[in-house]
Amino acid sequence: MRTRLAVAALAVTLAAGCGGSTTPETPAASGAPSSEQPAAGPVTLTYWTWAPNMDKIAEVWNQAHPDIKVTVSKQAGGDDAAAKFLTAAKAGNAPDLVQAEYQHLPSFVAAEAVADLAAETAAVKAEYSPGLWGLVTLGTESVYAIPQDSGPMMLYYRKDLFEKYGISVPTTWEEYAEAARKVHKANPKVYLGSFSSKDPGWFAGLAQQAGAQWWSIAGDAWKVGINDAATTKVADFWGGLVNEGVIDDQPYFTPEWNKALNDGTQLSWPSAVWGPGVLESNAPKGKGKWAIAPLPQWNAGESFSGFWGGSSTAVSANSKNKAAAVAFATWLNSDPAALDLLVKEAFVYPAATKGQAALGDPPAYFAESQPDFWQQASAIGATARGFTFGPNVGVTYNAYKDGFDKAIQNKSAFGAAVQSMQDATVSDMQKSGFTLAQ
Amino acid sequence: MGTRTRPQTARSLGLVPTGLLVLGAIYCLLPVSWVLVSATKSPGELFTLSTFAPGSGFFDNLRQLNAYRDGVFWRWMANTALYAGGGALLSTLVSAASGFALAKYRFRGRNLIFNILIGGILVPSVVLAIPQYLLFAKLGLADTYWAVLLPQILHPYSIYLARVYAGVAIPDSLLEAGRIDGSGEWLLLTRVGLPLMVPGMVTVFLFQFVAIWNNFLLPFIMLGDDGKFPLTVGLYTLLAAGANQPSLYNLIITGALLSIIPLIALFLTMQRYWRTDLSGGAIKG
Repeated sequence: MRTRLAVAALAVTLAAGCGGSTTPETPAASGAPSSEQPAAGPVTLTYWTWAPNMDKIAEVWNQAHPDIKVTVSKQAGGDDAAAKFLTAAKAGNAPDLVQAEYQHLPSFVAAEAVADLAAETAAVKAEYSPGLWGLVTLGTESVYAIPQDSGPMMLYYRKDLFEKYGISVPTTWEEYAEAARKVHKANPKVYLGSFSSKDPGWFAGLAQQAGAQWWSIAGDAWKVGINDAATTKVADFWGGLVNEGVIDDQPYFTPEWNKALNDGTQLSWPSAVWGPGVLESNAPKGKGKWAIAPLPQWNAGESFSGFWGGSSTAVSANSKNKAAAVAFATWLNSDPAALDLLVKEAFVYPAATKGQAALGDPPAYFAESQPDFWQQASAIGATARGFTFGPNVGVTYNAYKDGFDKAIQNKSAFGAAVQSMQDATVSDMQKSGFTLAQ
Repeated sequence: MGTRTRPQTARSLGLVPTGLLVLGAIYCLLPVSWVLVSATKSPGELFTLSTFAPGSGFFDNLRQLNAYRDGVFWRWMANTALYAGGGALLSTLVSAASGFALAKYRFRGRNLIFNILIGGILVPSVVLAIPQYLLFAKLGLADTYWAVLLPQILHPYSIYLARVYAGVAIPDSLLEAGRIDGSGEWLLLTRVGLPLMVPGMVTVFLFQFVAIWNNFLLPFIMLGDDGKFPLTVGLYTLLAAGANQPSLYNLIITGALLSIIPLIALFLTMQRYWRTDLSGGAIKG
């Protein structure tokens, strides 16, 4: 893998011409000269991010570092943000620093839009769990970003209504299915949960939990295994429940789904650690009634989770002040004072292990029903496993939405949707000129 | 424009067109009324109250929107006014002058230019946004106010409209008379041509104003600095607040409501120019 990326890096250096001095051919060589740059005088860095109040956090940095001024430009988040950054990078116009969701980082790397920070970040590597660190190295010796926040998955459930319907918290997916049938039988208007055909990140997290490896790299070639046994198992499980009619098929974050969460006709939600913010604003009536538990497991006795969401801070390949940018990104994501600000101002679940200690009181929404929210979350987070994302996640995610929408509409097998994700991803990668194994 | 020879038939068939227009009006006004009602709901009420029941949070929403990031909403509003007002004004002047020239002068390549313009109408501006961005980045103009203003000044459809309007509204004999009296071409354009084209220019101005006001993709791609965002892109940052942040629906809806008020005001004040247009056509009938 390393060779492939390095070759691509070289090609882009030749093509881009401008600002090529920081492009990583060998991490050690590029790290040394650029680290002298901040001494040249005050530098200004631009930072694209969508985390709330990041401008206030940058202000704290600016106060302490008059020689490096960071200007935050708040962007819209999500897939469009990645597309916009890639376009800007192509035009040689990218910001110095950019918030990069883990699943989009490989596309930034493939486009040679982000710099290799291996030399500068060696000292902070120990701050992050190996699972998270793998998301920014893509399994190579390079480091393409510094982890900022993470989204380990857990099961949110209505404590009171679980008691009312006489179901216990499912520890396996088998028990989850049983509970879904029981609840729906007791009251046909009520569902245990919903399968969302609009949230591929959610499905990817569940696939990670089951042990899927959607992308991997063998030598110089990518291997795409979206239709592996683990993913197909997850899809067939949900497909069975949806076609049986015991699980709702309402996409998440829609007004209808919000309403169902709020009025108690939807009893649980397999979601990520950032769930409280969503519940608080979309289901205000449930305050003090929700609790969390580890995701149900595929085999009794196991304990695995996956990641839904989370992002990192990357430095543009053609930033003229790479060393200053890395210094800020490192401070932001590993300095205790900065982590404290990230938690309190930007409301993120920090990626740095010691930052998770900055989380004191539980979210107000959970104060009564789950006072040990952060302790639970941190224990669950330690069991989360991720996988390497590929360079065209956008295509895969669109294929997810199309494929599962169709499967739900036609009440057909969900396995076919997984196959369509695999086919769309492979054909797009072939078209883009990636070497594929098999 | 209509002739006045068929009043009876028009009256007897009046029910059907009126009915169709009422349906059209409902179709257009229903989403607006939804915005109006939803803007009164507090975040808690938004998904719990029934769709068209008014809520109790309007002033709270306004206050929150006003306080959001130290009032950045009003900055976006001012930016949008600058882009739409300045862009539409410049675009109208360019369109009127080119339309006048294409309609009233015979010169080599006139038809070629006009055909290229017609071809330009067929190219959606969305397709051009990314090439324009790459071009502007090369010129060092990306992420500036000019990056949003300049691409919207030249608008083929407006030039086409202006040409058609100039062809009908400005009699050749009037220009001949001007020339005989010794007027130069510049004077002919500013004193004879443009005053006669005012209703057409108002139409072009309104078209362009609304188009720029609602434009999303061009500023989204061109601008990186959130202090230069127009409302469309600014409100989008509230909607796509990232996977781990709930969207600020109540602020977005209130912001959308406030953002259409200037458009409504503009149409109400500009309406009388359109009336002049219609009656002018009727007299010449």
